Amino acid sequence: MIDKIAASVADALADVKDGSTVLIGGFGTAGIPGELIDGLIEQGAKDLTLVNNNAGNGDTGLAALLKTGRVRKIICSFPRQADSHVFDELYRSGKIELELVPQGNLAERLRAAGAGVGAFFTPTGFGTELAKNADGSAKETRQINGRQYVLEYPIQGDVALVKAERGDRWGNLTYRMAARNFGPVMAMAARQTIASVHEIVPLGEFDPEAVVTPGIFVSKVVQVARVATQAGGFKDAA
Amino acid sequence: MSSYKKRSKDEIAQRIAADIPNGAYVNLGIGQPTLVANHIPEANEVVLHSENGILGMGPAPAEGQEDYDLINAGKMPVTLLPGGSFFHHADSFAMMRGGHLDVCVLGAFQVSVTGDLANWSTGAPGAIPAVGGAMDLAVGAKQTWVMMDLLTKKGESKIVAACTYPLTAVACVKRVYTELATFECTPQGLRLIDKVDGLGHDELEQLVGQPIAH
Repeated sequence: MIDKIAASVADALADVKDGSTVLIGGFGTAGIPGELIDGLIEQGAKDLTLVNNNAGNGDTGLAALLKTGRVRKIICSFPRQADSHVFDELYRSGKIELELVPQGNLAERLRAAGAGVGAFFTPTGFGTELAKNADGSAKETRQINGRQYVLEYPIQGDVALVKAERGDRWGNLTYRMAARNFGPVMAMAARQTIASVHEIVPLGEFDPEAVVTPGIFVSKVVQVARVATQAGGFKDAA
Repeated sequence: MSSYKKRSKDEIAQRIAADIPNGAYVNLGIGQPTLVANHIPEANEVVLHSENGILGMGPAPAEGQEDYDLINAGKMPVTLLPGGSFFHHADSFAMMRGGHLDVCVLGAFQVSVTGDLANWSTGAPGAIPAVGGAMDLAVGAKQTWVMMDLLTKKGESKIVAACTYPLTAVACVKRVYTELATFECTPQGLRLIDKVDGLGHDELEQLVGQPIAH
């Protein structure tokens, strides 16, 4: 029998190792796996590379994880925000490495990792500062059918932390509205995907036409309480 | 010195909205361009895309009806119109990068006469860089339009021969809508689409500091 349901967040995260690349879903207030991030802080893995669209807000969640000093590098599209002071300080003092990636490249590089694509050419970033490698050298470019493209490589995760809405014991997932964002591509792109859900449903209850992330991409499912805010949203999770 | 009245932000937004074809799929960038949504003619059906996975985005909800799983790219609560849909980030950026959006409207620090765009970084030393989806939108939509002030507070033109700020994308901007005039960027340089009443062509060229074809 396949049973991917973990008894607790701590159980779900038990195998995360030092040096891991951790993909963390979420965009703004939607889809951030707050309980799994807190669990990762508790779990204590260090020397991490994080992949998220942003680099944390305020002092909770991702920002709290950064503050532990266990994150070596962050790969994201938009680190600078009004309340990203934890990241700002680490970055300015040289304590964290930043790889800035256009948001579409972030999504497509994750998708490429999940789909076994070795690298891909994209017009995004051509002729800009982001068409350079970390050492300042130019990324490979090519003209294809008269248009200029930049070669981009996949981002493979060791672990993905994803916030879904409902899940079953095979790991099938559905999401809620714009909280889906990076969840499905990150689930594809990691060797181990851990999903938090607000509801666990019996196998067979999902309409197969409506499953968004099929269980093959998911290693563990753990139920967390719904954080009640205005009109059913999840403001506190940001 | 001639006398003319600058277009307000809402008037610029209205000017842009009038150019968006009925049935278009459109992404409005964060900031000024979001005003365009308020001016779409009622007779037109325009589908708004939000990069975080929404098509058919509606206006802000009534107070107390906010749902923080339903936000726009600027991370503000929005609503979903009947017929709207949700999808993940890779699909959302495929819509942007794969040429499926008819129009995107972006803000800008600078635009070159041939349509190079600088809108993500001023390149100030020590500033923390952040790019988001700007580069993807600029290269991916069928038409990229810019909404911005033509002149800085110091009176310098933001339309330039060559951008001095870091580029977002090369030769991607088709039109620039400003408080004084609407321009087309072409491989040969600027072309005038319209200008406010009372502003002479020579005077506009002087303000921009670049030749403007009729």
